Amino acid sequence: MTTFDFLLQGLGTALDPMILLYALIGVTLGTAVGVLPGIGPALTVALLLPVTYGLDPAGSLIMFAGIYYGGMYGGSTTSILLNTPGESASIVTALEGNQMARAGRGGPALATAAIGSFVAGLLATLALAFLAPHIVKLALVFGPREYFALMVLAFVTVSAAFGDSTMKGLTSLFVGLALAVVGIDGLTGQARLSFGVPQLLDGIEVTTLAVAMFAVGEALFVAAQGAGGQEKVHAIKGSVAMTRADWARSWKPWLRGTAIGFPIGAMPAGGADIASFLSYGTEKRMTRHPEEFGHGAIEGVAGPEAANNAAAAGTLVPLLTLGLPTTATAAIMLAGFQQFGLQPGPLLFATAPQLVWGLIASLLIANFMLLVLNLPLIRLWVKLLTIPRPWLYAGILLFATLGTIGVNPSPVELSMLMVFGLMGYFMRLHGYPIAPVVVGLILGPMAEQQLRRALSISQGDWTTLVSTPLSAGLLLVALLALVVPAFLRWRGKGAVLAQIAGDED
Amino acid sequence: MSDQKNADGRRPGGAAFFVAALLAALGCLLLWQGLSIPDKGGYAGIGSGDLPIFIAICLWLLAAAHVWKGMREGSHRLPRQEPLPVLFIVGGLAMQLILLKPLGFSIASGLLFACTAAAFGKRRIHISLPIGIGFALVVYGVFDRLLQLNLPAGVLENLIFGG
Repeated sequence: MTTFDFLLQGLGTALDPMILLYALIGVTLGTAVGVLPGIGPALTVALLLPVTYGLDPAGSLIMFAGIYYGGMYGGSTTSILLNTPGESASIVTALEGNQMARAGRGGPALATAAIGSFVAGLLATLALAFLAPHIVKLALVFGPREYFALMVLAFVTVSAAFGDSTMKGLTSLFVGLALAVVGIDGLTGQARLSFGVPQLLDGIEVTTLAVAMFAVGEALFVAAQGAGGQEKVHAIKGSVAMTRADWARSWKPWLRGTAIGFPIGAMPAGGADIASFLSYGTEKRMTRHPEEFGHGAIEGVAGPEAANNAAAAGTLVPLLTLGLPTTATAAIMLAGFQQFGLQPGPLLFATAPQLVWGLIASLLIANFMLLVLNLPLIRLWVKLLTIPRPWLYAGILLFATLGTIGVNPSPVELSMLMVFGLMGYFMRLHGYPIAPVVVGLILGPMAEQQLRRALSISQGDWTTLVSTPLSAGLLLVALLALVVPAFLRWRGKGAVLAQIAGDED
Repeated sequence: MSDQKNADGRRPGGAAFFVAALLAALGCLLLWQGLSIPDKGGYAGIGSGDLPIFIAICLWLLAAAHVWKGMREGSHRLPRQEPLPVLFIVGGLAMQLILLKPLGFSIASGLLFACTAAAFGKRRIHISLPIGIGFALVVYGVFDRLLQLNLPAGVLENLIFGG
């Protein structure tokens, strides 16, 4: 069967009323968390994981993907109207978008963001559908050493390639890896660092860590800055319709943003935030109205918003085909798959084609839902921004603990929530990135298993790791991704890298 | 508020040295645990204990890097932090942790809600506590009763939802 047939079959699954409902819940929640500053898609998926234990696996995963997509849409609203990005991938949108809103052009800014997200989401999801089977074929020749090399590359790009300091990124990563060795070793059954505490034998839950770092850490951080008062929301004046000139200036950035975002997301090269920064830079160089940049150039909204959605779709390529999460949200979605006993990877396309293609097809439908949610209904979402911060964060913390209590109401688990929350606060305060900890925790055991498998096969011969061109090439790229940015920073050219610091998604 | 607040951890490089100490301590812990695992690695040559040891070495290298950086650059002045809201939130979490079993989800979580609201400036407990408990009860109803998540019940839950 061709991809097209699979996709049609997937559409059959996706049009099931229950699945449509899951998708709708996902995109609605996703838009809401995208709009609300302080919570992002990674956190929301983490919060919802325990709640979906008893639900349908396909539906739950579709809901999670919907949250990811929705977060990318919703984030632009906050950036444009509030100048506080709803999530990290929308930081650049705030640069031009907020200027447009100040000039009374908030409507067209929101429109170009939503339509750009739609165009990019649609194209990138189709690209995902047509690319995935090829990568699956490629993945079949992957042995443990190639997987290990890929994971090393993912470690490096998540922690050290971007951000303001190689040292801080690596510190976060190794803290994550240190947490990852807690529990029973998957290969030998040996308990490690559990100190006789039975709750630790299962290892540290990804959801507990993610919720603690993203929700508790963020709440502590925001609260500790003192009462700054709520920022002013710029009302949407006039209609959200774009003029002819807006359309003419927007469509090329949409396509360029998609072309930049999708590969960035698909390669283990970081997430949506990086894609949106690169797209912004490209638009700034290519524009015919350079004087408008910094004062509300529509290209500066259209491009990055398309790029971050395309990157979100791109992230699903390594996640679905290789089981390799390259962003925090993807890492938590992987935990979601594992919760249902599913291991994403080439095998999943063979064992659960209905689920995979249903998921991909649902994303196409979710895009249409999101367009409706984010254009005609935009004024409803803006209302969310008027929730007073005390109630907002009190609610977030209540939900944060709800997930942990629901899975495992033990004092050990709740203490971990508190300790990791404080750690998240401290890391935020001192500029240590959070995502590498989460990615290290989930990828660490996987990388260790692949390494030890590869070495078992070669009977302890370490040169096996570089004995195929593919694995050697991947390790070389990883090395370059570690050394080159460090060298740039050392030469004092790190400003650009610091800007593209990925925080969360 | 006052300048005294800038004293703790803001000496030149103070934060970096502090982080270095933590990393080194974590490294020692991993090394100790890694070395105490008897496993010899079998065919692979590396076993359960070797990864913790490797991570321990990396953590020490990072600790050394922190020390070096702290000596060379000193620490950057941090934006002033308010300690009180942090205490409120941590206190709320601790209270929830302790009171969850004896008093049930709703009261314990309502307290957390009120404490968090207080951390963000809503200090009137007689308003925020009832709101929090009410909200937590609704959450309990939805998640425990409808979505079959197992939340610890207390007096209030048994009274309203009937055990």
